[in-house]
Amino acid sequence: MSRTATVLRGLVLGLGALVFLFPFYYMVIGSLQLAPDQSVAGAFPHPGNLTGANYAAIDSRISLFRGLVNSGIFTGGVVACTVVFAVLVGYALAVLQWRGRGATFALALLVQVVPFQLLIIPLYVLIARNYGLADNYLGMILPFAINSTAVIIFRQYFLQVPKELFEAARIDGAGEVGLLTRVALPLVRPALVTVVLLTFIGPWNEFLWPFLITKRADMQPLAVSLANYITNVAATAANPFGAAMAGAVVLAAPLVVLFVVFQRYFISTDLGSGVKG
Amino acid sequence: MTALADTRPGGATAGSGGGRARPARPLRRVLGRHPLGLLLSAPYLVFVLVVFAYPLVFAGYMSFRDYFFAAPGVDVDRPFVGLENYRTLVADPAVRRSFVNVGIFLVINVPLTVVGSLVLAALLNRVVRLRTFLRVSYYLPYIAASVAVVAVWLFLFSGGGIVNRVLGPLAPDPTWLINSAWAMPSIALFVTWKQMGFYILLYLAALQNVPEELYESAATDGAGRFQQFLNVTVPGVRPATVLVLLLSTVTGANLFTEPYLLTGGGGPNGSSASPVLIMYQEGIEQGKPGYAAAIGIVLVLATLVIALLQNRFAGERDR
Repeated sequence: MSRTATVLRGLVLGLGALVFLFPFYYMVIGSLQLAPDQSVAGAFPHPGNLTGANYAAIDSRISLFRGLVNSGIFTGGVVACTVVFAVLVGYALAVLQWRGRGATFALALLVQVVPFQLLIIPLYVLIARNYGLADNYLGMILPFAINSTAVIIFRQYFLQVPKELFEAARIDGAGEVGLLTRVALPLVRPALVTVVLLTFIGPWNEFLWPFLITKRADMQPLAVSLANYITNVAATAANPFGAAMAGAVVLAAPLVVLFVVFQRYFISTDLGSGVKG
Repeated sequence: MTALADTRPGGATAGSGGGRARPARPLRRVLGRHPLGLLLSAPYLVFVLVVFAYPLVFAGYMSFRDYFFAAPGVDVDRPFVGLENYRTLVADPAVRRSFVNVGIFLVINVPLTVVGSLVLAALLNRVVRLRTFLRVSYYLPYIAASVAVVAVWLFLFSGGGIVNRVLGPLAPDPTWLINSAWAMPSIALFVTWKQMGFYILLYLAALQNVPEELYESAATDGAGRFQQFLNVTVPGVRPATVLVLLLSTVTGANLFTEPYLLTGGGGPNGSSASPVLIMYQEGIEQGKPGYAAAIGIVLVLATLVIALLQNRFAGERDR
């Protein structure tokens, strides 16, 4: 490849990275500035102008800790349900032969294309009104407790395990549950990490559903309480942008750290196969 | 006792895959060789029924009724109104506007997403140094919470914000998010930026399946870099493109958080209101869930038609 082409490619990729990263850098800077400096020079503040006051300000209006705990319970519940149920179905679909297997797999593919926006109103009526699960963790988790993408990813991975391994373990007298937990699961550990990472994003960042069914502030995940702060309270605050961005940093940081640490598991091929079904 | 033995697969009869048919016991004949499979799948199947199938049917039922909220267990009459909800929504200028807004969104978002993510993925695919750093940079907006990045966009694009300072006299007045002409394009740009990392990963996966020999033979035929991209890369990743089209269209139809937060509940004169936002306002704030369900059904049908058209258009040249 010619030298100009290499330089051009580097330029485009570098410029792209700047566009993608700058708002995050600016978010951190903005959260640390006592008075908002929106001039270009404000993007490079001198250390004397940095403070943690915005974090204290947002924490006095919405409880960051309580929000993080609620986000954690909501996300943890969704991830746990998804992994447990998807492992079971994925294993059943890939390894066992039973009547209804084809239909179940077809259903898992079909469910993926049901758009959530069609379901929010009936789900709200059913879960919040009829079942009385508003302001309740179960009500928050329920619509996300099944994840057909995860089912398909696990099925894909279990199919790759050689059949002979299962036959050998069966001859050795292993029960089907033992096969699943002691033979199959340890072999698909990368799938486990991928599914956990993939399902983590959804509930942690989800806004609409918990916003609909939580009215009590002490039940709201951080995304919801921060959004309420932005729409209702910010206008009256001393440094509204600073406080909102301090909250944004607290909301974004856990996932960003998680993904930077585990980024090698977030492999494009897994993602591709999972979404393609 | 025999029933118990039947449900325990992996027993003496299940192991070997011999050719001779064993005398099948009744339960096994009905449920297959491993009835346990059904048991393992049961929680999932129950969830699909409760969380997808039933609400789906319920949405259709509600859309034909004057449905209103009542305390649980109270038996109230929710009269059947036929197509009344659908007639109202066709006549409602706010609803029509919200569908036009999604159209504007899609016209900006979909081409930008497809071209941008394909070009960045193709360039990134040939990079050796800094590859991980670049990949992580690109998907950072995708994994960060919408609500969090909305906060920084409000700061960036506010009246005296850094974007307007850089643009100087070129900045629109009033500024981006409160300008009725710019509100929807601003949202489309935000979502494009936010989602692109995911589509870059999809294209990176697809690029692994484009055979290297095609590039070599194209190069022998005298094709330059750009011609190789057009004649080898673009056709090679067509299945991924169809998927990206579909997913970005569905994202557009699902739009709620961004108009709600970025443009304060739908922008000036509803210029950035989305159908889902109207559904929320009508269904939950105004207490007309039947009407909102009808909007949802129209929205999904419209999305389906667009998806089918895209699929037909983008998949055509395969045959």
